[in-house]
Amino acid sequence: MISTLGHFVLFLALGMSLYAAGAAVYGARAGREDWLASSRNAVLVNLCLVTLALFLLEYALITSDFSIRYVANNSTRGSLTRYKVAGLWGSLEGSILLWAWLQSLFSALVVARYNDRHQAVMPYVQAVLQGICAFFLLVMTFAANPFAPSFPVPSDGRGLNPLLEVTDMLVHPLLLYLGYVGFSVPFAFAMAALITGRLSDEWLKNTRRWTIVAWLFLTGGIFYGGWWSYRTLGWGGYWAWDPVENASFMPWLTGTAFIHSVMIQERKRMLKVWNLVLITLTFSLVIFGTFLTRSGILGSVHAFAEGPVGMVFLGFLALVLLFSLGLIAYRADRLKGHGELDSVISRESAFLLNNVVLIGICFTVFLGTIFPLLTEAIRGTKISVGMPYFNRVSVPLGMALLLLMGIGPLISWGRASLNNLRRNFLKPVVTAAAATALLWALGVRSTEALLAFFCSFFVVGTIALEFWTATRARASTTGEGFLQAFAALLLRSRRRYGGLIVHLGVVIAIIGIAVSSIYKVEHEVTLKPGERVEIGPYTVQFNDLQAGERPTHILVWANLTVLKGNTPLTELHPGQRFYPNQQSPFASVDARYHWNQDLYTILSTFERDGSSATIKVLINPMMAWIWIGGGVILLGVLVAVLPERHLAMLTARAKAQPA
Amino acid sequence: MTWKKLLIPLASVPLILLLAYGFRTDPKAIPSPLVQKSAPDFRLKAFDGGEVSLADLKGKPLVLNFWASWCYPACYEEAPLLEATWKRFKDQGLMMVGVDIQDKEANAREFLQRFGFTFPNAPDPGSKVSIDYGVYGVPETYFIDRLGRIAYKHVGALTPALMEAQVQSLLRGK
Repeated sequence: MISTLGHFVLFLALGMSLYAAGAAVYGARAGREDWLASSRNAVLVNLCLVTLALFLLEYALITSDFSIRYVANNSTRGSLTRYKVAGLWGSLEGSILLWAWLQSLFSALVVARYNDRHQAVMPYVQAVLQGICAFFLLVMTFAANPFAPSFPVPSDGRGLNPLLEVTDMLVHPLLLYLGYVGFSVPFAFAMAALITGRLSDEWLKNTRRWTIVAWLFLTGGIFYGGWWSYRTLGWGGYWAWDPVENASFMPWLTGTAFIHSVMIQERKRMLKVWNLVLITLTFSLVIFGTFLTRSGILGSVHAFAEGPVGMVFLGFLALVLLFSLGLIAYRADRLKGHGELDSVISRESAFLLNNVVLIGICFTVFLGTIFPLLTEAIRGTKISVGMPYFNRVSVPLGMALLLLMGIGPLISWGRASLNNLRRNFLKPVVTAAAATALLWALGVRSTEALLAFFCSFFVVGTIALEFWTATRARASTTGEGFLQAFAALLLRSRRRYGGLIVHLGVVIAIIGIAVSSIYKVEHEVTLKPGERVEIGPYTVQFNDLQAGERPTHILVWANLTVLKGNTPLTELHPGQRFYPNQQSPFASVDARYHWNQDLYTILSTFERDGSSATIKVLINPMMAWIWIGGGVILLGVLVAVLPERHLAMLTARAKAQPA
Repeated sequence: MTWKKLLIPLASVPLILLLAYGFRTDPKAIPSPLVQKSAPDFRLKAFDGGEVSLADLKGKPLVLNFWASWCYPACYEEAPLLEATWKRFKDQGLMMVGVDIQDKEANAREFLQRFGFTFPNAPDPGSKVSIDYGVYGVPETYFIDRLGRIAYKHVGALTPALMEAQVQSLLRGK
């Protein structure tokens, strides 16, 4: 029943989005407002239909209706309801339904928001967004039907991979999807600008907030994914340069470049083509990433099952690239920039360099990701590149980026005078050099670490100096108190100061990444009950092994006592989870998370009689800084995008209650 | 639009072709330079205490399988097929040797017991043999002819059809 109904609803939704796209284009060409209105209605009906389909599948998942193959493959009767719900994005078909729904939702939001504005471009924006939505619906109706029936109907389903039955599964994929889908909005506006020939900055202004919000979700998704992997996967790492991780990182890089380069276009009327290319690249990389995960052409831990879907995605990727680059070529004559670089020592050139570095990293990652394919096509042999390649290339480029992050926001537009340079950079450089020298004196000898610290201190120095001088200037002219002046400053130019806070977050995260990877200590020992091992400042004592039944699995864990000196610090219980349907156990790591140092323990193996256990102990210094950095980035973006009136309300309230 | 402008969208064509080419390849197929070369010798102490070596097996066709107890599901999938093939062809002179790599002995013995392997299996201390053979991951299977040359290498779980074809061709060869 649900099977037929669901598939039928998807067909209707597909018809509706094709109609919406067609009616929008026809209405705009023929100047028929009635067709445009009809198209807008179709967008809303489409949202209702896709929502219905989503509810049908969720209903089937929650009620364990195993007559639907997708449900049988991705949930079990015994699962908690929240993991039954999460089954929606646990596998290929459902995740495409979720994607289609978000696409439809964003499309409707855009229509609702710009109902009466930007009438020249809106029909085309709508057409592009509905076109993308139609693609996902097409995939589901013809290649990956989430409502396909199962025969014979099994008595119980197979369930999600146990690794996915954690609360993180409710957050990480959703953040990424929101980011991916979010970038379709600026892409649609860019395409509409190209189609209509309205190539001024209008499309940038309209999409600034959409872009930053999409960037925020994507950043959040990437950080959250790292955090998840660190806490649960039991290898002590957070990033492995896996093709699918790269697939989320590449659009992030181009998206970040885009956010920066639009500022040059707004200010100097330069880089028009470049910005269009960047947003096209970003959206294409999103589709490319989806293609990678779903086609099975590269081996990956994240890969979905192989299927006919790969070809369909490749076709769509080809269409997107040819269509958008074709449009850019078509309008090339009218896209000549007006400005020119006045000087190499200027903000625009710092931004330009930042773009070059970001695209350089993106290209490196791209090359590394498809390298096995490339060598096989050219030389017939398959060569994979791993961590060392990515790290070697991205570390120096990352440093360059860090340095530019300090320079870009403070150097003056046009041509920086010596005076400007001295005023903004002398103190940060001197402070950073002094702090780095101090670290050297304290015994830090790794060149990489010293370099990373110098760059980080420099950026923090520039940001602090900027906040300090601006706040002081405001306080002295308005007579406000220092804190009040600071708050007012944040509110007055939220984009600038929000951006600086984001930079601060990036620096904090980079310090965490650098220190934790350079100064990581790892130790694996086999201990008998009562034996101890010393690692760093800690002593870890293995007390005994225990086992217990949990609702879905059997857990075996080691009881460890951690001591610092002779005082007990904490108890840790790393274990292994044994699931009935899975042959190999899953690690259940335990760690003492601390702001400056994580003590991380993994139970590698154990003797069944409890006579010994092999335990891996890691000390990850400053790991928490990565996640704190992520939080600061979130804060900065919120400062930059929160609507004016909300902040005004907040400050009004603060003023009403004087301290 | 002049031809120069066409270059912009056309720039994406090579990439699309490369990705399309990806469908014709199998990410698991890793070509081995050892195919058609003589197989590296090995001498291992088997789980049952005996010794297995390539030199002693010369003149007999050999199926050399690399596995591990942690390799789920592929090794678990192909294990019954290995044992069945061994039972079926051992009287025709086929030899089969299993090499267990990077494993814990207890787990490996459990694996052997679970599938009731009756052909010789040996752990690979220090992964020496797997390095000699360039094993990329488990399972991998090498089909070695009577002259001690690697006739074929397969990555991933074996299928009955492939096993049948390769074993028959080994047995047919001189």
